[in-house]
Amino acid sequence: MIKTDFILDAKGMACPMPIVKTRKIMKEMEPGKVLEVQATDKGSTADLKAWAEGSGHYYLGTTEEAGVLTHYVRKSSEDEQVEKKHPHIVSNEQLKAILEENREVLVLDVRESAEYAFNHIPGAKSLPLGNLESELGNLDKETEIYVVCRTGSRSDVASRKLAEAGFIKVKNVIPGMSEWNGPTEKVV
Amino acid sequence: MTVQPMTASTIAKKVVNQDPFFILDVRNEDAFADWKIEGKNIQYLNIPYFDLLDGVEEILEQLPTDQDIVVVCAKEGSSIMVGEMIAEEGRAVHYLRGGMKAWSEHLEPVKIGDLKDVGELYQFVRIGKGCLSYMIVSNGEAAIVDATRMTDVFIDFAKTLDVKITHILDTHLHADHISGGRKIAEAVNGTYWLPPKDASEVTFAYESLEEGRTITIGDTTIAIQPLYSPGHTIGSTSFIVDDTYLLSGDILFIDSIGRPDLAGLAEDWVGDLRESLYKRYKELSGELIVLPAHFMIIEELNSDGSVSGKLGTLFAENHGLNIESEVEFREMVTGNLPPQPNAYQQIRETNMGKLTPDEETQREMEIGPNRCAIR
Repeated sequence: MIKTDFILDAKGMACPMPIVKTRKIMKEMEPGKVLEVQATDKGSTADLKAWAEGSGHYYLGTTEEAGVLTHYVRKSSEDEQVEKKHPHIVSNEQLKAILEENREVLVLDVRESAEYAFNHIPGAKSLPLGNLESELGNLDKETEIYVVCRTGSRSDVASRKLAEAGFIKVKNVIPGMSEWNGPTEKVV
Repeated sequence: MTVQPMTASTIAKKVVNQDPFFILDVRNEDAFADWKIEGKNIQYLNIPYFDLLDGVEEILEQLPTDQDIVVVCAKEGSSIMVGEMIAEEGRAVHYLRGGMKAWSEHLEPVKIGDLKDVGELYQFVRIGKGCLSYMIVSNGEAAIVDATRMTDVFIDFAKTLDVKITHILDTHLHADHISGGRKIAEAVNGTYWLPPKDASEVTFAYESLEEGRTITIGDTTIAIQPLYSPGHTIGSTSFIVDDTYLLSGDILFIDSIGRPDLAGLAEDWVGDLRESLYKRYKELSGELIVLPAHFMIIEELNSDGSVSGKLGTLFAENHGLNIESEVEFREMVTGNLPPQPNAYQQIRETNMGKLTPDEETQREMEIGPNRCAIR
């Protein structure tokens, strides 16, 4: 089960309605939130993907069960353009090299769980940014933590929060999953 | 002003007549790039419907005022929506009724010619997908070759000619479209013929198409002589009809030749393909009129919308028949293969009787262009 913020039931609707409805709901959603679209129109997968790419939103993936397609899209968020502020960063390539050493490190994926579900670094822990503060107590302050998101901006916010809370070995991964070419896995 | 429907049949006639018209295709860009309505004098604009939800003002300037405008989408819903928006701006506009789905399924019958004594030969042009089927009529009876799954078209056509369909033949086990042969045979209580080498896995009874077994239509007037011509598939069989026509299946097209890989044995069958084209066909009369099971590009259509060519002309002009070196031929046929047709494995299994998908699924399986040839 992938956690989402909103669900649109577009089952039985013919093109163009699944996209028309998706667009309407996305307009009202807050940036960064994830919408689940349930549809039976087979063309909706390609159209939703193309629409999301054209409009700056993120198409995360689709699952299919018993003829029902479930699409996941995340609304783009403006804060992804802000300057990176956490001083300690590593590149995707550096992280890849570190993981190959098999050292004891934690990769913390702060994207929404639907994003994590379709594509994440093997062994990464999923902790969406919105849940970070309430989960801080469950993390070890001495662990080497590599924080990753899609483009490096949510992970920047998360890295600063961790640093403020006394975590000392926190590094933000730049740019993150959008350009990650190392191994990945999914849980759908 | 309201948006008006335009049928696939009307558009097919425009394509054949080479009439200029304008298509606003509102499917997504990948779908448009993969497959669209082709025609010599068509102008296109591809803007996905989801980019037009805020209005069509920005594209109005790009729409001509002196040509028919047809909005096209996959099934028609989006084209009606966009068409209405354009009509509200005061512009005359049509949408393709049934969308690309209807375009893919439309068959246009064209008479190829009269037979020597009594009878006619018709070609059914599936213009949206490049498939060609045939009906041979003589003395109150008819045979159908390479029928598509739109079986009503053939059955109704036979009714209007007042002839009884007695034999249904497939030149080979098709991989790009679902055959209607078995369904027609069941509906009219006719005999379904398949080449045995293509039919080793089929789940139903059929008559074996073998060289030397002549099929007669109507009082022995017309002879259909099977000619074993492997290459596209191992069983591929051509037919010589009335000593005049060569129904070449997917072995030889007008401007291209068949591909040998759709059953997974390109390397093995390329030799057969060469033998069929360069030896067996070479021995036939150059006067035979070649009637293939496909066309690849709209330029292969004659001015009446039919697809045919003299065997002698093809030997002179078809690039695939003019490669002297066997090595070069092998290289072209196996090294230069276009993408395989959509769902071709499931289509083969459906034609074997192993799968029985519902109509909607059959439609989805066939979506997209035909890709049986190599140029």
